Amino acid sequence: MAEAPFGLLAELTHRCPLQCGYCSNPLELVRRDAELSTEDWRRVFDQARSLGCLQVHLSGGEPLLRQDLPELVSHANSLGCYVNLVTSGVGLSRDRLRSLASLGVDHVQLSLQDATRAGNDRIAGIKAFDRKVEAAAFVREEGLPLTVNTVLHRQNLDHVAGIIAMAEEMGAERLELANTQYYGWALRNRAALLPTREQLAAADPVVASAQERLRGRMEIVYVIADYHEAHPKPCMYGWGARQLTVAPNGDVLPCPAATVISSLRIENVRESSLHDIWHSSSSFNAFRGFDWMQDPCRSCPRKEVDFGGCRCQAFQLTGDAAATDPVCSLSPSRSTVDQILATEMAPADVPAMAMRKMR
Amino acid sequence: MTSVVALDAVPRIRRGVKCAYDQIRSAHVVLFPEGVLVLNETAASVVALCDGVRSVGDIALALGDEYAGVEPEDVASLVARLVERRVVDVDG
Repeated sequence: MAEAPFGLLAELTHRCPLQCGYCSNPLELVRRDAELSTEDWRRVFDQARSLGCLQVHLSGGEPLLRQDLPELVSHANSLGCYVNLVTSGVGLSRDRLRSLASLGVDHVQLSLQDATRAGNDRIAGIKAFDRKVEAAAFVREEGLPLTVNTVLHRQNLDHVAGIIAMAEEMGAERLELANTQYYGWALRNRAALLPTREQLAAADPVVASAQERLRGRMEIVYVIADYHEAHPKPCMYGWGARQLTVAPNGDVLPCPAATVISSLRIENVRESSLHDIWHSSSSFNAFRGFDWMQDPCRSCPRKEVDFGGCRCQAFQLTGDAAATDPVCSLSPSRSTVDQILATEMAPADVPAMAMRKMR
Repeated sequence: MTSVVALDAVPRIRRGVKCAYDQIRSAHVVLFPEGVLVLNETAASVVALCDGVRSVGDIALALGDEYAGVEPEDVASLVARLVERRVVDVDG
């Protein structure tokens, strides 16, 4: 039997006031009338806790757009789960945060798009910067730990020092600087987002020296730009190993991007229990462990380190979800990634960013 | 890059870190923004004594009443690992 998961990523809604062109949500966003009900989510949390989940990440879209958020926070807290609110900060008034904290939010993860008001609001597609700064102050006043999360790409990577300074000013205890991973909207906008090698090389020492300078005060987690690397990321620390995602419509996903793998039969909480889905579904068992691997992964010692990389990326770029992640230098399809870098890193015509919107 | 923790250092659980008992795993756990730590019995006893008052040496003494052969150095190295995982802070 598979080991119990530790975390549930609950994507409560795909609705969001922001329109970031690198959003990892799928291009086909779930509409409001297809969202799970309050009762459904309470049942999902019950089942997740029975299965072993100890962390509930309330995410989206923007979870503050769910009117039942207080009830869901309270329910997750009553089960003994650590409750993480993942938000844009838009709509997080002082009163609202105070109430959510009293109901059991343990930690707030706040997105920041860029170092400055102008940059942030251009990338987000709305005026959000001032509200984020306010929201950070409310989180600090409430005494909750704060993580600031910034997705890095060609349009903000040169501002990484400013982003770090901004997170310090906001009083963050952690800063996640995550280079864009190309799924969903980010894949759609890849040619507007892929950073150049020069940009990455310039950012590396800035991040490293800030990590050193801020040690003990603000932890900086840096997520690599995997297209530019020789080895893949340890995606999800293995398929169906630690965490599961429930999408706004109740689809249960081994990783948040898994809907892209069209060969996968996705289960839904309206029809099956999380227990059955985690342990017995074909989707969660498809790439568990090492038996599904082909060479070069199968005989590679790094399989214990990176688990063959990302299944969604393998499917998107090679058409075979069981292939070695093509960013790996040992992959027979690495040339596909190199070709993308050659044509999209510095395209002759930079395409306009397609802003994230519901159709 | 294991940090060294002195015997007179005073560890305390960091803000935002929750200690709990998980019935599903039948184990003490520590919950924090980055993740979950499942503790063995010794680690759980040490974490329970990281109260911001006792020093590492005091914790070793207190555990000595309960378990045989507790070395202060072992407690210090366990606390150092908890500092690395950002579960506890140390003063002094």
